[in-house]
Amino acid sequence: MRDSINFLLAGVGGQGTILASDVLVNVGLAAGLQAKQAEVHGMSQRGGSVTSYVRWGRTVHSPLVGAGEVDVFLAFEKAEALRNLCQLRMGALALVNLAAIEPVTVTSGGQSYPDDATLHQKIAEVTAQVVYVDGEAIAQSLGNIRAANVVLLGALSALMEREGLSGDELSADTWLKVIIGRVPPKYAELNRQAFEQGRQAVEREV
Amino acid sequence: MIKMLSGDEAVARGAWEAGVVVASAYPGTPSTEILEDLVHYPNVYTEWAPNEKVAVDVAIGAAYAGKRGLAAMKHVGLNVAADSFMYASMTGMEAGLVIVTADDPAMHSSQNEQDNRTFAKFGRVPCLEPSDSQEAKDLTIAAFGLSERFDTPVLLRLTTRICHSTSAVELGERVEPASSEPKPFPRNPSKYVMVPGNAVKRHPVIEQRMRDVAAFAETFPYNHVEMDDTSLGIITCGVAYQYAKEVFPHASILHLGMTWPIPDQMIRKFAASVKRLIVIEELDPFLEEAIRLMGIEVEGKSIFPLMGELDPRVVREAAIQAGLLPANQHVALPEVEVGPLPARPPVLCPGCPHRGVFYVLNKLKVPVNGDIGCYTLGLIPPLSAIHSCGCMGASIAVAHGAAKAGSPEHHVAVIGDSTFFHTGIPALINTVYNQSPVITIIMDNRVTGMTGHQQNPGTGFTLQGKPTTVIELEPLVRSLGIRHVKTVPAYNVEEIESTLKEYIKQDEPAVLITLEPCVLLPEVRKRWVPLEVLSDQCNGCALCFRIGCPAILKSDELDARLQRPKALIDATLCTGCEVCAQLCPRDAITFRPVEMEEV
Ligand code: SF4
Ligand code: SF4
Ligand code: SF4
Repeated sequence: MRDSINFLLAGVGGQGTILASDVLVNVGLAAGLQAKQAEVHGMSQRGGSVTSYVRWGRTVHSPLVGAGEVDVFLAFEKAEALRNLCQLRMGALALVNLAAIEPVTVTSGGQSYPDDATLHQKIAEVTAQVVYVDGEAIAQSLGNIRAANVVLLGALSALMEREGLSGDELSADTWLKVIIGRVPPKYAELNRQAFEQGRQAVEREV
Repeated sequence: MIKMLSGDEAVARGAWEAGVVVASAYPGTPSTEILEDLVHYPNVYTEWAPNEKVAVDVAIGAAYAGKRGLAAMKHVGLNVAADSFMYASMTGMEAGLVIVTADDPAMHSSQNEQDNRTFAKFGRVPCLEPSDSQEAKDLTIAAFGLSERFDTPVLLRLTTRICHSTSAVELGERVEPASSEPKPFPRNPSKYVMVPGNAVKRHPVIEQRMRDVAAFAETFPYNHVEMDDTSLGIITCGVAYQYAKEVFPHASILHLGMTWPIPDQMIRKFAASVKRLIVIEELDPFLEEAIRLMGIEVEGKSIFPLMGELDPRVVREAAIQAGLLPANQHVALPEVEVGPLPARPPVLCPGCPHRGVFYVLNKLKVPVNGDIGCYTLGLIPPLSAIHSCGCMGASIAVAHGAAKAGSPEHHVAVIGDSTFFHTGIPALINTVYNQSPVITIIMDNRVTGMTGHQQNPGTGFTLQGKPTTVIELEPLVRSLGIRHVKTVPAYNVEEIESTLKEYIKQDEPAVLITLEPCVLLPEVRKRWVPLEVLSDQCNGCALCFRIGCPAILKSDELDARLQRPKALIDATLCTGCEVCAQLCPRDAITFRPVEMEEV
């Protein structure tokens, strides 16, 4: 593994971004690394932008990541993917969920939501290492749309393995253990499947 | 055992390990989680107080009675509690007293970014500042020790980045207070009764105390030097220490865990051992000025910003500018022009019980004086219905003041239930006592919503979730002598409108209580029933878009005659509050099925 990895998770309140970053920071710890996490969420409970930084490394000082220094980007929503693009290091690894959540400024304020062509093109200008996953659709097929964040974590684990970013310490089992430890027991099986489906979505890509 | 904890959780852990017995707080981002976490530990009494001054007084009471006490709040909470903070400094106490202030550089969720280290200096109280979760725990324990050793309250200053960032913490065990028997309350009026004659004698004592703490600061283990390359010396504290380590891996660093008072000798020695001395600290030039007053040449705010949060990039770029780092350390940003993106401001949740009220207020075009809580979001378009908002409890008195100043319109003050209990009650008393026709709307959502659903005196439950007396708003308001008081279900747009119109005609104080629990409460979630737009009835008149509900979208289908997009309701977001259905002039939005209502 590299000396340190800086993650940025970006989404909309209510999408499970914070749970995902909680899992990620604990996966780092479980792999025997130092890990830190810092989050920013808006003022209301739902619907505002949410971002969270996670850092893994042999030594990690700052919990925050400076702009231009994000190595791995996990975007839960398309407009948030674009909004945070300038935080990335050129060539960063990006996993983008295909969800679109239109803010009120679009539905009632006359602003417009970016189209998919813009999304793909702008991301391509920053990195070629990008994978798109429809987390909600996969979660829906498992019967619970709210497991989309765990689908994405599954995809992220597979992607990091593929890019050699997770090292030997980090098996899929380590991720899964942390996830199962974080959710109510009655959802354990659902989350295991969601994680698995997320991994397969990435493995199919190759 | 090692566990990942946020700074807030680490403070709770530290307080528990230190044997804290009583802890009180009013929820406020980013400090809320301290009490939310502490409540799960055994042998500690925890509570939500109606405001921060009460919380501090409660902790002081415990400390007078010989048990360790803690009060926690966000930075502006200390303004509310300032009176108590100042007298506690004068009296000292029998057991440790720690007051936690969570400052908010960059104002992620606050009205200002005051640096509360100034309160420590102002109040002659030591200030400790952790730089990660481990230190948050350790310094909480140290704060109790310090408090008892020097007979002083201790201010523990956190910042948002410490409170809400997570890092590894080594857990320890609780050290129970020496005796679990309650001590008799001290009979020591010359120390604990601050009449002038006693206070005059206490002042020299507290001045001497601070000289003693300053001497102790020289050996305080959390003030420490990391010597390396001596061409640059950095004095730093809090999370800024982490950025300093990140950006200047080889500089010599003096890291202060105690930022007031500061260790004179240690600083002089460090300053003498390096060629160039800088201070990296968030917000005010607090250490910088204190060091300059010692006659030491130092740079700080001439290099690093005075406002907002630092981060590694901000520190690095400022350092390059000042010639402290070579320009090749500049980290380039990706050159991508993403074009205009739709703003995503925080909004009232779909189904929020406050939405209908703001729709009516906007329609009535009255001046609205607002307060701090979820309902502050009524200011955001398309609701656009709030015209002032300063601090907790300000709304009613601001409206009263404007009315007394001859403001020609009828003023409406909006305040939440929790905020009303916090500091709204005295202001409402004032409108009756001094008679102004202010209309106060108490938006009662049965919980403290914005900070994440904490209990309050109106909810009927304590922090532990135990049932307790409910303070009913309507009888309380009536008991103040207000004659026009009405409680209306918050989703009944028509009744809210007719009540307000009636109040506007009157020339005396009136109170409208809009009642409906926050839609995110678990018991309310169970009753969500999404509504539907009957697309053949909708003509895209856009009226329902004007309430700013995130669940109402523009559909791809256009009205054949007017070529306007029809409305569409996102079933995963809609809670079925029916506010939009009541407004639709064409009955194009279904109501909840009647059977569902009865379930
Ligand atoms: S009923 Fe209408 S206003 Fe209420 S949540 Fe659903 S879409 Fe929004
Ligand atoms: S948390 Fe509750 S009160 Fe606050 S905006 Fe959401 S629904 Fe409204
Ligand atoms: S108010 Fe009724 S008719 Fe007008 S856009 Fe909304 S649903 Fe359609």
